[in-house]
Amino acid sequence: MSLLDYLLPYDFSPLTVLSYMLVMGFYGIGLLRIPDQDRPGALRIFAFTLGVIICYAVMQTRFDYYAQYMFFVHRGQHLILHHIGPILIALSNPLPVMRFWFEKISPGWRRTLQPLGCVYHVLQQPFIALFLFVGLIYFWLWPSIHFDAMLSRDLYWVMNWSMLLDGLLFWWLIFDPRPPAITSSLGYGRRMLVLAAAGVLQMFLGAWIVFSRDMVYDVYEVCGRAWPLDPEVDQLLGGMLTYIPPAMMSILGILLILRRAMHEDGKYTNHSKNLERKAS
Amino acid sequence: MSTRFRRHRTKIIPAISTVVMAILLTGCLGNEEDWHGKNISGLMPELEFDLINSQGDPVSSNDYSGRVRMLFFGFTSCPDVCPTTLQKLNQVTSGLSPELQEEVLTLFVSVDPQRDNPERLAEYVDFFGDDIVGLTGEELQLRELAKRYRTTFGYEEPGPDGNYAVSHSSAIYVFDREGNPRLLIRPDLSGEEIRHDLVALIQEGS
Repeated sequence: MSLLDYLLPYDFSPLTVLSYMLVMGFYGIGLLRIPDQDRPGALRIFAFTLGVIICYAVMQTRFDYYAQYMFFVHRGQHLILHHIGPILIALSNPLPVMRFWFEKISPGWRRTLQPLGCVYHVLQQPFIALFLFVGLIYFWLWPSIHFDAMLSRDLYWVMNWSMLLDGLLFWWLIFDPRPPAITSSLGYGRRMLVLAAAGVLQMFLGAWIVFSRDMVYDVYEVCGRAWPLDPEVDQLLGGMLTYIPPAMMSILGILLILRRAMHEDGKYTNHSKNLERKAS
Repeated sequence: MSTRFRRHRTKIIPAISTVVMAILLTGCLGNEEDWHGKNISGLMPELEFDLINSQGDPVSSNDYSGRVRMLFFGFTSCPDVCPTTLQKLNQVTSGLSPELQEEVLTLFVSVDPQRDNPERLAEYVDFFGDDIVGLTGEELQLRELAKRYRTTFGYEEPGPDGNYAVSHSSAIYVFDREGNPRLLIRPDLSGEEIRHDLVALIQEGS
């Protein structure tokens, strides 16, 4: 197989390719047009681009083939779509670019898009966000649902896109760069609680897969594997990818938030004192 | 702050439990059909292929239309899954009445075209009964068909004697007379269970 075969999509999805092109296009044009003082540095641009590229790569290259026929590669795919890619994108803080484009939207359109904003606010309630984030992992790994999702092309696309979009929502909530002391973003304490809960809940599921004696996900057995690998090894590796890296991401996220909280400690005290005075 | 948080929680927890209950209930209701195999209606596209048969002639799915078809991927050097499955399917179909037998056809697709030429394929399927058609094709054609049914196959590195294992689907895809995908039969189903499903499918259309 040539290099091109590895880079071309296994299952071509025009909508997916178009979405990624639009995201990169809007980001690139936004970067060029925003004032110099708002423009993110090289590292942030690199993080954003890398996040987008790895998500694209697991969806529209040969990687997707292996993800369809190997359980552990599939878990790797979701680790990137639900965790690593969105984490990089959220940490890159594309807010200046988003703000630039938001200002370009005409007031009429903004009013039309208002319901979308309401949906976004509901989804970003900490309990709902946590429930969606962990719930989606449990949902798509529910053995009978997982079986159907791997058999049906449509369901497979819904699964991958839902994981990516929810990953972006969740990690944006967690790494929202706006300081909670002076904006409406989620408080650091709650962000850490949500991360800890997400980590523990994912560990339960991962541990269950790792320590299962029976074949939990026999769809790969039924539909053939990309190469002859012992099914138990495949399930064990997949379970470990569900178990360990997501838990590590939670810890890493908590450390990053803790660092930010300590950094901002005392910075906005005058502001909050003013607020308190107003409230009392 | 904390009271606001608590008030939120009291509203959200019932909402969450309703959603969870709904998901669980639909999960339970989904299995109520009276099939032993897995119902795949609507999950997959209808039967369609362009391959060659064991006489070496090009054939398409239309050549076998009008009968309930059981599609199975394998290779003739297969040590375990293929012979057991084909034998089981032969037992199932030969246990049917002659009228019903005419309504069923097994399509055995060899995914090892390098070793399985038409002659070898003919010899192999003839051994397992009359209502089995051996099919194969270029690797690319086979890959396309496998992809259509969300399955794949892979070759092991050949050993010193030139033999290699082929990983392939172990399931039987059952299509109704119109070519719609209906059931996915796991190899661990008993002959009796497969027969029950087949008879139900045949009688459904008549």
